[in-house]
Amino acid sequence: MAGTGTAHLRAESDVLLRVEDLVVEFHVDGGRVKAVSGISLDLVEGETLGLVGESGCGKSTTARAVMQLPRPTSGRVRFDGVELTELKGDALRRIRPRMQMIFQDPISSLNPRRKVGTIVAEGLDIWGTGDAGSRRARVDEMLGAVGLDPDSTRNRRPHEFSGGQCQRISIARAVITEPKLIICDEPVSALDVSVQAQILNLLEDMKQRYDLTMLFIAHDLAVVKNVSDRVAVMYLGKLCEVGPPDQLYERPAHPYTAALLAAIPVPDPASRLDDAHVLGGDIPSNLDPPSGCRFRTRCPKAQARCADEEPSIREVGPGQYVACHFPLAPGEAIEFAATA
Amino acid sequence: MSAIQPGPEAPAGATPLLEVRDLATWFESDRGLVHAVDGVSFTLERGRTVGIVGESGSGKTVLTRSIMGLLPKSGVRRQGSIRFEGVEIGSAPPRQMRKYWGAHMGMVFQDPMTSLNPVMKVGHQITESIHAHLDVSRTFARELALSLLESVRVPDPQRRMDEYPHQLSGGLRQRVCIAVALACGPQLLLADEPTTALDVTVQAQVLDLLEAQQRERFMALALVTHDLGVVAGRADEVIVMYAGQVVEKAATATLFSDMKMPYTEALLHSIPTIDQPSHTRLSAIPGRPPDLVHLPTGCRFAARCAYVQDRCLEEQPPLRPGATPGHEFRCWFPVGTPEGQAARARNEGVEQR
Repeated sequence: MAGTGTAHLRAESDVLLRVEDLVVEFHVDGGRVKAVSGISLDLVEGETLGLVGESGCGKSTTARAVMQLPRPTSGRVRFDGVELTELKGDALRRIRPRMQMIFQDPISSLNPRRKVGTIVAEGLDIWGTGDAGSRRARVDEMLGAVGLDPDSTRNRRPHEFSGGQCQRISIARAVITEPKLIICDEPVSALDVSVQAQILNLLEDMKQRYDLTMLFIAHDLAVVKNVSDRVAVMYLGKLCEVGPPDQLYERPAHPYTAALLAAIPVPDPASRLDDAHVLGGDIPSNLDPPSGCRFRTRCPKAQARCADEEPSIREVGPGQYVACHFPLAPGEAIEFAATA
Repeated sequence: MSAIQPGPEAPAGATPLLEVRDLATWFESDRGLVHAVDGVSFTLERGRTVGIVGESGSGKTVLTRSIMGLLPKSGVRRQGSIRFEGVEIGSAPPRQMRKYWGAHMGMVFQDPMTSLNPVMKVGHQITESIHAHLDVSRTFARELALSLLESVRVPDPQRRMDEYPHQLSGGLRQRVCIAVALACGPQLLLADEPTTALDVTVQAQVLDLLEAQQRERFMALALVTHDLGVVAGRADEVIVMYAGQVVEKAATATLFSDMKMPYTEALLHSIPTIDQPSHTRLSAIPGRPPDLVHLPTGCRFAARCAYVQDRCLEEQPPLRPGATPGHEFRCWFPVGTPEGQAARARNEGVEQR
C-alpha cells in the first residue's frame, strides 16, 4: 500500500485544487524525515475531501504544504488554475485570503491579547477591504453566522470563551475573507463529543452558505465519514485508498483501511471486537521507511512482492482507488496477528 | 511475579474493595466554591470493571484523584467517605496514602509522556516502585520489571529497559505506564482517559491489554473516559457523570438498551458513527455544561435537555432506581416512559408553534 500514482485524479478542468506527487522532507540529525512521499489529491469545487490516518502519517504536513507553509520539497500544487509552488512574495500573499485554515486547538490558535472583533476582522484589515463601517458590519455578520451574538462577543477576549466557542470564532475568522478553499486540520478533536456535533453541523452549514470547498483532516473515521464526499486514507507519508465514504467504509479494499475501521470502539455492548481484528505493532520510523509498500511490515497479506515493488494506485470499484498488490475482495475478512 | 500477587480472594459477602459514599470535592476559587464532585456514591468489587463516562468538567478526573488521594494540599474541601477494603482512606494524609499507592491501588494517566520521568530509564521507573514496596534484591527487581514489560507486550523488553521515555512511541509509553502501575500487584487500577492521547489502532491494543491484565490479576478496574464507545464492550457497569454528579448508573447492557437519563441519550446520539451515511445531520446537544460555581437550582442538565419541564428548573431530581436492579438515574421525565415522551412531545410542539 502506501503507493504512488495519479489514477484517482480527475480531469484538471473540473478541479479547484490539484496536488500532484507532493513530497515533503525535513532535515534532522541522523537523516531525512520523509513526512510526505508522493501524495496526489484533488478537490472538485464544493466537495469535501476527508484525509484520515494516524499520527505521523503526514496528513497535517500535506495540508501545510498545500498552503505553502512551508513549501513542499517537490511536487505541484495547482489552486484555481494557478501553480502555487511557482508563486513568490506578493503574488503568493494575494492568493492566501482565498485559502484559509482552521486548526485543532481553538484556544491557542487565537491571539489571547486581542478582542474577538479584532481577531475576526484581521483578514479584512490586512487587505484594507471596504471602510471601517462595512468591515464592522461584516464581522457582525460572520459572528452571527457561526452562532455567536455579535454584541456580547465582539469586545471580549478568547479566554472568556469555551473551546467550542473559540472554534466558532476561528471559523468566522477563516470565512470572512471569502475563501474558496478551507483546510480544517483536526477541527473537532480537542472538543467534547456534545460540542463536536455542534461544530460539525456548523461546518456543513457554512459550507453550503458560503460555497466552500473543504479539505478536512482528522484521525476519527466516523467524523470524517460524516462530513466527506470523498475520503483518502494515508499511512506513513503515502496514500492507501481513495473513494466515496459509504463505499469505502462498507468495502475497504486496503488492509490498512480495514484495520482502522476494525479498531473503532462502537458504543454498543453487543458489537465487541475480538483481538484478531486489532492491528499489532507501531508505525515504523519515517526516517527509514520500509521498502516497497510501506504498510507491509504490519500487513497480514504481505508477500515478497510487497517488499520489492511499490504498488501504484488503481481503480478497484466505481470511484474507489487502492494502492495495494493484494487488495481485499468485497466482504473479505482480515485477521491480524495479536502482537507484532 | 508470584511474589507480588494479591492475597487470597475475599470470601463472598465480605466488604467491597472500594466503597465511595456521598463524596464531595470542592475547590476554593476567587469566584466561589467550585463543586467539582458533588455527592458521588458507588462500589467496586474485585475483578469488576466500572466505566466512568463524562465530558470535560463533569468531575470524573477529580473523582479518581480524590480516591487516590492526589488532591492539592490547600484550597480543597472534602466530604463523604472512601473506604478501601473497609478502611476509611478519604481523609488519610499523603504519608499514609503512600503505602496504598502502587501496592494496593495504581493509576494510569492520560498523557504517557508527562506521567513518566523523562530523565529516568524505563527499567528504573518500574524497579523504583518495586523497591518502594517490596524488600527484594536489585537483580530480582530487574527480572520482575523485565517480566512486567513482557506481560504488557512491549517488544524487545531487554533493550527497552535501558531506554528513556522519549525513545518510545506513545503506545509503548502507555504500556510502560501500565507496567509501572501493575508492578506491585494492586487490587485496584484507576485508568484516567488511558487511550485518549493514542491513535485508534493503538487505543484498541492498549484497551485489550488493560482488560487482559485485569482478568489475569482479578483486579478492579475503573476506566474513566469521555467515549461511550470505549466502555461499551469492556465495562461491567457504567457511571455517567454530569456537572459533578452521577446522573445514571447501570450494568452496561442495561445502560445501552434502556437508558433513562436524557443526557445519556443525547450524548450517545451526538456521536457520529460509521454506520450512518455521510452527511447525516448530527443531534448536537445545545449550549454547554453549567458553571460549577453557580449551579442551577433544579436539574443540572435542564438548560440543555429536550425533555425539560417547569419542575426540572425548580427541583433537583434525586437518583432513583430503574426497573433493573442496580440501575439508577436522576430525572423527573425519564427517556422511554409515558411522562418522558409526553414532556418531549410538549417541548417539540412549543418549538413548532
